[in-house]
Amino acid sequence: METIETNQPSSSAVLTPATAPKRGRRSAAAVLGERCIEGLIRLCGISAIVFVFAIFFFVFREGAPILFGGGTGGHGVTEPGAAKPSFDLAKFLFTKTWYPTSLNTPRYGIGALIIGTFSVTLLAMVIAVPFGLGAAVFLSEFCGKKVRETLKITIELLAAIPSVVWGFIGLTVMNVVIQKVFKVQVGLNVLNAAILLALMSVPIIVSIGEDALKAVPDSYREAGIAMGCTRWQLVWRVLLPAAKNGLLAAVLLGVGRAVGETMAVLMATGHSVNIPHSIFDSVRTLTATIAAELGETAEGSDHYRVLFLIGILLFTITFIVNLLADFAVKGIRKK
Amino acid sequence: MSVPASSTAGLFTETPFIRKKRRTERLAQCLFGAMALAMVIPLLLILGYLVFKAAPLLSWDFLTTNPTNGMRKGGIWSALLGTVYLVVISLCISAPIGVLAAVYLNEYAKDNWFTRIVNLSVVNLAGVPSIVHALFGLGAFVLFARLDRSILAASLTLAIMTMPVIIASTKEALASVPVSFREACWNVGATRWQTIKAIVLPNSISGILTGVILQVSRTAGETAPIMFTGAVFYRNIPEGNVFAYGIKDQCMALSMHLYTVTTQVTNAPEALPYAIAVTLLGTVLLVNATAIVFRVWLRNRKKW
Repeated sequence: METIETNQPSSSAVLTPATAPKRGRRSAAAVLGERCIEGLIRLCGISAIVFVFAIFFFVFREGAPILFGGGTGGHGVTEPGAAKPSFDLAKFLFTKTWYPTSLNTPRYGIGALIIGTFSVTLLAMVIAVPFGLGAAVFLSEFCGKKVRETLKITIELLAAIPSVVWGFIGLTVMNVVIQKVFKVQVGLNVLNAAILLALMSVPIIVSIGEDALKAVPDSYREAGIAMGCTRWQLVWRVLLPAAKNGLLAAVLLGVGRAVGETMAVLMATGHSVNIPHSIFDSVRTLTATIAAELGETAEGSDHYRVLFLIGILLFTITFIVNLLADFAVKGIRKK
Repeated sequence: MSVPASSTAGLFTETPFIRKKRRTERLAQCLFGAMALAMVIPLLLILGYLVFKAAPLLSWDFLTTNPTNGMRKGGIWSALLGTVYLVVISLCISAPIGVLAAVYLNEYAKDNWFTRIVNLSVVNLAGVPSIVHALFGLGAFVLFARLDRSILAASLTLAIMTMPVIIASTKEALASVPVSFREACWNVGATRWQTIKAIVLPNSISGILTGVILQVSRTAGETAPIMFTGAVFYRNIPEGNVFAYGIKDQCMALSMHLYTVTTQVTNAPEALPYAIAVTLLGTVLLVNATAIVFRVWLRNRKKW
């Protein structure tokens, strides 16, 4: 980019029609057309910002009324006379009773759902991080070119499997496997979903982690080899510390993927609102709740709005995680 | 970056210390190799198992007939066609915007805080959970823009969701065109857009196409974003007519069909969900494999 910036002014100052009209042979229409196209390109360039804001705005627009007291009688019918307890954000976040469809006193406490999401994500990361980073190290330091290419293609294909297919695998294959192997009643539980999420987020961890290891200057490796260390020592003492920011970013992006995953956890967690005591308990996650219940709520009801609030929460979580990952990556680049 | 350890090790006499080091080395290699293999094996096992279970149902008729008898019999024609509609329409929306956005980021944007925010938004757009995209699609397209639940609303949602894929790969493709190409073009008096049109885009078109192909595979597999914006449980359309859906219609989709058949249809023949899963997986992996072959071919052919 630097060279473009320094070269462009000199060439355009001498030769572009806009600045040297006498020498140019292009019609005014052509120049205008070019201006229009450049404007369009700039517009598309900033579209990503617009979309991110639009997502926040429209999700917030549907969810916000309940925050500011515009709640209805619970099922989409406004009851002007009825005194309605104001919506309490702390209660929403920290209580664990989720009875959205109760006729008299619907309760919207997403504490258990948050814990469900985090327990599944945590276990998934416990599985995925060692395997992902190990595979990244293997790809970048230990294997030859052919093996690397083959593995990278396989990992890419692994990343391409749709989440609903993962969910299906969890529901049919893993369910039975877990029941048989661990001798438990229900195979749809934290462990099942965590294994699926681990398989889903490993490709992201591997590819970003490998990039991070590749970004470590070769002089570091040469220095290590010159001092007579083995490749294992090189990895453990030199590369991992040097690439730790990039590896952290890889893990964070994996976490972001796992938190936001919907279909796989919807089908594989067992879907019961529950604070898990072991990895064989069924749970329910934030994403799965939205997916399962949004179709059955009346538009504009409290329940509907609460589901959008959960959406805002998810948006915020992934936003922060991605921001942190970005800062971690920028950290290495500055070095 | 692999330096042959044996060539250096051979220079020294083998002491127990060195032997121990070599042993650790081999152990580490095996360990990391096993970790890498641990990801490959599930893929093969899963693929094999799914195909094995689906085998009794897979046939041409399965693809070209409508589901009947409450999804328990027949094929998946309407779902397959719905997926094709969603993919094509969302591609028509997101590919131009995504490519132009990448052109902006690679060719026009200066290295400043604003560009950093744009890049950050692209990363964030990719990181937003799919179910939040669904909520957005419902709030913005279905309700606010009054498109109702339709193919158009679902395609728009999918388009925004998959746009980062195409932005990222196009950016990479554009960045791989050497700066000297552009400089040569500027020096004969071309403007920035003329350079992009005549030099940069033609030289990176294969990379851009790879991105488009990857986007197709991503779009075809998504379920959550279309659940509330346009996909339905069942819809009957004439078999064999590829123009059976209108843009304002609701449609079935392969991914959604797999979800509903698995979770909501009781007494479906055992092979049916497996056959749907294999069709979906086969489509997606085939598309991805095309992208990979394309990329390898492109790399071998590269002129610089």
